[in-house]
Amino acid sequence: MDPLVRLLGVSKKFGGSTALQPTDLEFRSGLTTALIGPSGCGKSTLLRLLIALLTPDSGKITFDGTEVNEANAQQLRRRVGYVIQEGGLFPHLTARANVLLMSRHLGRPPEEMESRLEELCALSQFPRDALDRYPAELSGGQRQRVSLMRALMLSPELLLLDEPLGALDPLVRSALQRDLKQIFTRLKQTAVLVTHDMGEAAYLADEIVLMNEGRVVQRGSVADLREHPASEFVSGFINAQRSAAF
Amino acid sequence: MKPGTFLILAGFLVIATALPAKTIVVGSKKFTESYVLGEIAKTVLERSGFEVQQRAGMGGTIILWQALSGGQIDVYPEYTGTIGEEILKTKQSLPEGAMRAALAKFGVGMSADLGFNNTYALVMRRAEAVRLGIRSISDLRRHPDLKAGLTHEFLDRQDGWRPLESRYGLTMLNVSGIDHAIGYAALANGSIDLKDAYSTDAKIQENGLVVLQDDFHFFPEYKAVFLYRMQLEPRAIDALNHFGGIDEARMITLNAAAERTKNYAYAATQYFHASPNETAPPPRQFAPKLFRWISRHLELAGISLFFSILVGLPLGIAASRGGALGQSILAIIGMIQTIPSLALLALLVPVPFLGISASTAIVALFLYGLLPIVRNTATGLQEIPPALRDSAIALGLGPGARLRKIYLPLASRTILAGIKTSAVINIGTATLAALIGAGGLGEPILSGLNLNDNATILEGAIPAALLALLVQGLFDLLDRFLIPRGLRL
Repeated sequence: MDPLVRLLGVSKKFGGSTALQPTDLEFRSGLTTALIGPSGCGKSTLLRLLIALLTPDSGKITFDGTEVNEANAQQLRRRVGYVIQEGGLFPHLTARANVLLMSRHLGRPPEEMESRLEELCALSQFPRDALDRYPAELSGGQRQRVSLMRALMLSPELLLLDEPLGALDPLVRSALQRDLKQIFTRLKQTAVLVTHDMGEAAYLADEIVLMNEGRVVQRGSVADLREHPASEFVSGFINAQRSAAF
Repeated sequence: MKPGTFLILAGFLVIATALPAKTIVVGSKKFTESYVLGEIAKTVLERSGFEVQQRAGMGGTIILWQALSGGQIDVYPEYTGTIGEEILKTKQSLPEGAMRAALAKFGVGMSADLGFNNTYALVMRRAEAVRLGIRSISDLRRHPDLKAGLTHEFLDRQDGWRPLESRYGLTMLNVSGIDHAIGYAALANGSIDLKDAYSTDAKIQENGLVVLQDDFHFFPEYKAVFLYRMQLEPRAIDALNHFGGIDEARMITLNAAAERTKNYAYAATQYFHASPNETAPPPRQFAPKLFRWISRHLELAGISLFFSILVGLPLGIAASRGGALGQSILAIIGMIQTIPSLALLALLVPVPFLGISASTAIVALFLYGLLPIVRNTATGLQEIPPALRDSAIALGLGPGARLRKIYLPLASRTILAGIKTSAVINIGTATLAALIGAGGLGEPILSGLNLNDNATILEGAIPAALLALLVQGLFDLLDRFLIPRGLRL
């Protein structure tokens, strides 16, 4: 099967510093991939390239066989969901309006939108009676659930999550990790998750892409990385994470 | 700038200038005698069967002359000395024929001399002059420490203060600029000791002042005349030339009547009825007058604000994107703000289709209203957190939809604050519209200044202040409807 997203020699610089070295990478349908690595390793840059918030300095990105360019970026973004750390909810819109923003913009039938909203509330464990609250009236965990609902509203082929649980306290975080895992499994959702937490990556992802200094260092399952580290850096990174966890 | 913005501006100018122009428009300068002569010209023309519109107290010589030569007014009272020195700017005094020929080149005619000479003069308190032994201007050389308060026009005129100083060899140490009417009050209470005056000013008699003798014959003759556009019907020109004339004593009486009754039209009727014991008419009812001022004021401020928003929002959006375009928009709009409002009005008067009219005032207010709106729109949009911008783009909204559904609502509080600032400033600045005869609450303020009458000033100043508060309150209320609830939590 062809991969859903393919990067060929994609690189990105900011000013003089290289954020991403020329990189080849593929993401296959139905799998959850975690991008992990220390701060500044290029994982967020890679994610922002995938949703065309950034354009590559070199190389190309194809989505479902089509090369992403300026002309089709807007259409392709509608097939991709995006969740960021603080949720990125629009404070002037209620939870409902945030979730329905795009489908209303696209003029979807109201009944269809309502039933989808119903599904999403159940899926992401969000109380229906809180739908008419504004983001400022929701807890941090609820905001992330709304953000997830918004990202899933149009049934995206690809879901991108940029440290989605980074700002939450540990209890809320673990509850959300559990719910995310269920959602990925139930929807067979293709997802790319950026995190700096090895435990989270191991729990949520089928596959790990470990990055350092703008380069992919190793790709594989957690077991692969632990048992056959490609370099000193890989074993160092995994050991550091393990000792931090205990 | 988008082409749409140009169209809006153009449409605005057309609407604002579409005023009827069949009647004869009489202008006057901003001092008592000019108001009275303007009223006399109006009556003279009306008696000859013309419809007349009065544009009283429009400003100084330059504004009146530009309005006349530009065709915004048809007649105004002027003085021969001023024509020579300020309008034609001749070095030596012109004989009457040469003056007429020079004016004709501008399409302007000059009536026969009205019968009195209102030359410039320097005046002092009589008691002070006697104590110091000052009779003539040359006596001032011995008293360089006297405080002179001179009108700004006199300070700058070719036949004004500087040439007079050098001609007489004066070295006055304290010279400052002050409004004509306020200067009389300052002279009366001792804040200044010397001021310039017109020799027919009623205040000279009333306040016990003495005119210093012009022993070097420095001041040229200032015979009163009417200047008019030569396109006027011959019958109108004839009426202005042959209505009977006014001598100096008569003019002083009329000026005094105008200042006593605060009613220039009444003073002008004194000229035609001459019966000296006729009592002043009861002052016109206050309420309808106030209503007229306020509605005109709101019209000026409202229309200009409307266009400031219409043009300011797109400019603010463009400016928020930064770059050379954004920088230059903010720089230009900021520059407009630094032009003093009076100067802006004076600069706009010669612009074709504007001239002396409400539309000039509206254009000036519109320009002043731009900065707060443009700047706040730009700032409000720039302050949107990058994460929210990214979210809007990542959802797949197009640029227009992002602006409409996300960015403008998010910036609404800041944008509305800019509009509110604009509205309040506009209410205040609109009082200056009266300077070019556009009416509003500036009208009583201006005549109060001319008559040195605080009650009249307050008739305009208090409603203007209350109006500003009211507008502020209304906009605070409007915030509740226009700023999305989610942003007010």
